Amino acid sequence: MTGNELAALSIADLQSLLRRREVSPREVIDALRERIEAVDPEIGAYLSLDIDAATKEAEHANVDLPLGGIPIAIKDIINMMGQPCTCASKILHGYRAPYDATVIEKLRAAGAIPFGKTNLDEFAMGSSTENSALKSTRNPWDLSRVPGGSSGGSAAAVAADQAFGALGSDTGGSIRQPAALCGVVGLKPTYGRVSRFGLVAFASSLDQIGPVTKTVRDAALIMNAVAGRDPQDSTSLNTPVPDYVASLGNDLRGVRLGVPKEYMIEGIDPQVRAAIDAAVKQFNSLGAEIVEVSLPSTEYAVAVYYIIATAEASANLARFDGVRYGYRAENPKDVLDLYGRTREEGFGPEVKRRIILGTYVLSSGYYDAYYLRAQKVRELIRRDFASVFEKVDALISPTSPVAAFKFGERVADPLQMYLADIFTIAANLAGICGISVPCGFAQLDGHRLPIGLQLLGKPLDEARILQIAHAYEQSTDWHKARPSIASTLPKV
Amino acid sequence: MAGTSELDVAYVARLARINLTEDEAKIFQKQLDDVLKYVEKLRQVDVTGVDAAAHTLPVFNVFREDAPRDWFTAKQALSNAPRQANSLFVVPKVVE
Repeated sequence: MTGNELAALSIADLQSLLRRREVSPREVIDALRERIEAVDPEIGAYLSLDIDAATKEAEHANVDLPLGGIPIAIKDIINMMGQPCTCASKILHGYRAPYDATVIEKLRAAGAIPFGKTNLDEFAMGSSTENSALKSTRNPWDLSRVPGGSSGGSAAAVAADQAFGALGSDTGGSIRQPAALCGVVGLKPTYGRVSRFGLVAFASSLDQIGPVTKTVRDAALIMNAVAGRDPQDSTSLNTPVPDYVASLGNDLRGVRLGVPKEYMIEGIDPQVRAAIDAAVKQFNSLGAEIVEVSLPSTEYAVAVYYIIATAEASANLARFDGVRYGYRAENPKDVLDLYGRTREEGFGPEVKRRIILGTYVLSSGYYDAYYLRAQKVRELIRRDFASVFEKVDALISPTSPVAAFKFGERVADPLQMYLADIFTIAANLAGICGISVPCGFAQLDGHRLPIGLQLLGKPLDEARILQIAHAYEQSTDWHKARPSIASTLPKV
Repeated sequence: MAGTSELDVAYVARLARINLTEDEAKIFQKQLDDVLKYVEKLRQVDVTGVDAAAHTLPVFNVFREDAPRDWFTAKQALSNAPRQANSLFVVPKVVE
């Protein structure tokens, strides 16, 4: 097996090879490093890589543990002791994490090797990874297009076989949307299912950590390792974690799937719509019953999100003031000058915009009109989902209304960029779980661009949406397609 | 600086402790006016009698033993400080 072939394996297949001792954890790290060296100059998925630390961990890896010897890439907004955690921002220049996030500890306890920090929109604010202050990440299917975001580095790394799997974070679609645009699987767990201790907070009532993988089974494997109660995160739920892998099967008889009529809007690219229509037929042929449902408050979700998420961000990002860590402006004349200039020089434009908007909607005289009203509409959105989930097991929609777009196409108009998240943000507002799986390709400018199908599930019903996604995936070949970068680059 | 909304970007940026150049304030004013115009649609929603959802899942109290435990040493806590002295963070003088 060549290094490229090894790097192309799923976590489940790599796990079998490791357990049969046909390959060693050390050889896996070496193959991955070579793959990254060959491909990442084109893709730009990684912000930092500590080869020595990973090699050392590989020497002691116990391959009989659930993820024994398997390297997992980490979005660079999750703290990993001794490593940078830049959040793709200049304001965390020079910062080294003094502790491990709970998900890092849990991955290690399952035998995995956290390896490589991936690029993102600055502080996870964006839908294209163009807001990274540090580097550009390109879509492996077409290098002139964005990978989506904000977990664009994680999705691009997995799609280009530079990672077997990765962790991302999802506040309004930041795992699912880049997974869709890069042709991989991305799961946003239920709010509270995975500990956020050590995840740099963006919007605390919305953020969740979840896996980005090549297959649905791999997402289930990572969930088995990272889900569960953590005393360090008081929002993590004290509910038993099922075996997500054991629940995978191919039979969808008796499953009821809802298609929200409000999600089949104008503005969906015709090729995306055709792929979703075909997927719905496929679900039907697998035995699922398809029902049209209604989520009447859908049209308000983006507006609610950009009030609540920015309000919470304005509070969370107050901690970046040039005192305790990261960037500090030179020669401040007083403490206000220290804060004002540190934040002027350290934050990029999108982060500043959101802090200003969030400060405004929380400010005296505007709080009731914006923030309080948004929270009430959020409750209506939550009730919409609670009510349809009495009738169906899961909902189907596109993950993104469009396939990957070109660099620069949306950056000048933040509102257009925000609308890229139209199908994903309601899940965060309602706290429910969602997954994106590949469901076809759009043809644009001679390139094949992946399309993602989103399944939304009830709170804590990850096992169900993984099962439904797995049955669909196994009945199609979409997940087997690889971007041409995987084959055209020189063999390592 | 007046835009189409009541938001005064330069003023709110001062509240948020972010210095802005005049050019930046002008661009943000236009962009955020557009966003605020878009969120106006929330005014159409009838929210009479609806509770505000700060959390979407059942909220519960979380207790732990009020007992000391190991955490960062002063050295670890200061390991990322841009400026420090005598095991303390250094900031410009706050009180005249």
